[in-house]
Amino acid sequence: MAEKAEMEKLKKEADALRTQIEAARKAVADTNMADAASGVAPAPRVQLKTRKTLKGHLAKIYAMHWSTDARQMVSASQDGKLLIWDSYTGNKVNAVPLKSSWVMTCGFAPSGNLVASGGLDNMCTVYNIKTPAVKTLRELDAHTGYLSCCRFLSDNEIITASGDTTCCLWDLETGKQKIIYTNHVGDCMTLALSGDMNTFISGACDSMAKLWDVRDGGCKQSFIGHTSDINAIAYFPNNNAVITGSDDCTCKMYDLRADQEVIEYNDGSMKAGVTSLTLSVSGRLMFAGYDDFNCNIWDTLKGEKVGVLSGHDNRVSCTGVPADGMGVCTGSWDSFLKIWN
Amino acid sequence: MARDMSDIDILKMELAQLQKEVNTKREPISKTAKETIDFVEALSAEDPLIKGVPEDKNPYKEKGGCIVT
Repeated sequence: MAEKAEMEKLKKEADALRTQIEAARKAVADTNMADAASGVAPAPRVQLKTRKTLKGHLAKIYAMHWSTDARQMVSASQDGKLLIWDSYTGNKVNAVPLKSSWVMTCGFAPSGNLVASGGLDNMCTVYNIKTPAVKTLRELDAHTGYLSCCRFLSDNEIITASGDTTCCLWDLETGKQKIIYTNHVGDCMTLALSGDMNTFISGACDSMAKLWDVRDGGCKQSFIGHTSDINAIAYFPNNNAVITGSDDCTCKMYDLRADQEVIEYNDGSMKAGVTSLTLSVSGRLMFAGYDDFNCNIWDTLKGEKVGVLSGHDNRVSCTGVPADGMGVCTGSWDSFLKIWN
Repeated sequence: MARDMSDIDILKMELAQLQKEVNTKREPISKTAKETIDFVEALSAEDPLIKGVPEDKNPYKEKGGCIVT
């Protein structure tokens, strides 16, 4: 049949281009990160203590996100609530009851005025938490798959990632989609915004990470190497590299200007998938949460494990370091959030 | 979205993307890794999770005095 022949032709062309791209990547791979960092003094053995345990959720915590004020944070649990916490006192500042308890993500707007959540309802719901009573501002309803991640650009725009394989930029004034980012061929699981908000990166079940131009909607770069779903992604603080965490039990750093993987975080004994990751302010330390209830601390330059955060009684589902870098928060299926430093 | 696309349309989309990416400018890792390392080293000394947070400056420490029973 003509279609089968055409598909074979397309596959052959694509494979030829993939080979060409790998050759171009190899041509600039004159070293890797670990070798380049061989002269760097090892990071000190990191021993952090739990300073706060935030109790209040009644079921698994799926997501958390720090406010830009580095003091408040929002957490989402399948008990059907978003809780907004003051991390200094451990008190709950606000509680947002959700229409759907099947929540997978939450986000704090940079202004601190809004939070958003979403999950198996396929919607992203935006709430104003500064009005005397929390008000639903918008229900963003157009994805045809679950909402896995959401990040505000401002009080007027938010980007979402979905199980329908797309990411989307929404206008919060109209509640409508402005741009749909299409290129992944598997569920999008995670996204992160660059510091200047001109680009963002996404990780998906097609094992790829992709870099996008926020305004023109185009996919600029694609990163391969993982062999399973990418569940977590973050920009390195210089915005020139990206770190991913995957169900293949490894994390990787991809250098954006070399357009390839430059180091892998894997000590061979790892048998649990990576659920979440976050970086300290200098980028030297990476905190990765795993299915086996632990959070491992990695030296991002040398690829060595330098510590562990143990204390949760179930999977660590989310982690985050606030903008001032003073601590790291872990959230777990055990229903607790812990703050460490 | 990829869910609604036919197999042949997905292949066309992948091919179009590869055609774009073949032209990506790529810099040597020796140069880019060094810049990343320099960036990190400049900031590590002041990174609170590396240098530690003194007890009296720890925003998360449990406040309040002793409990008298």
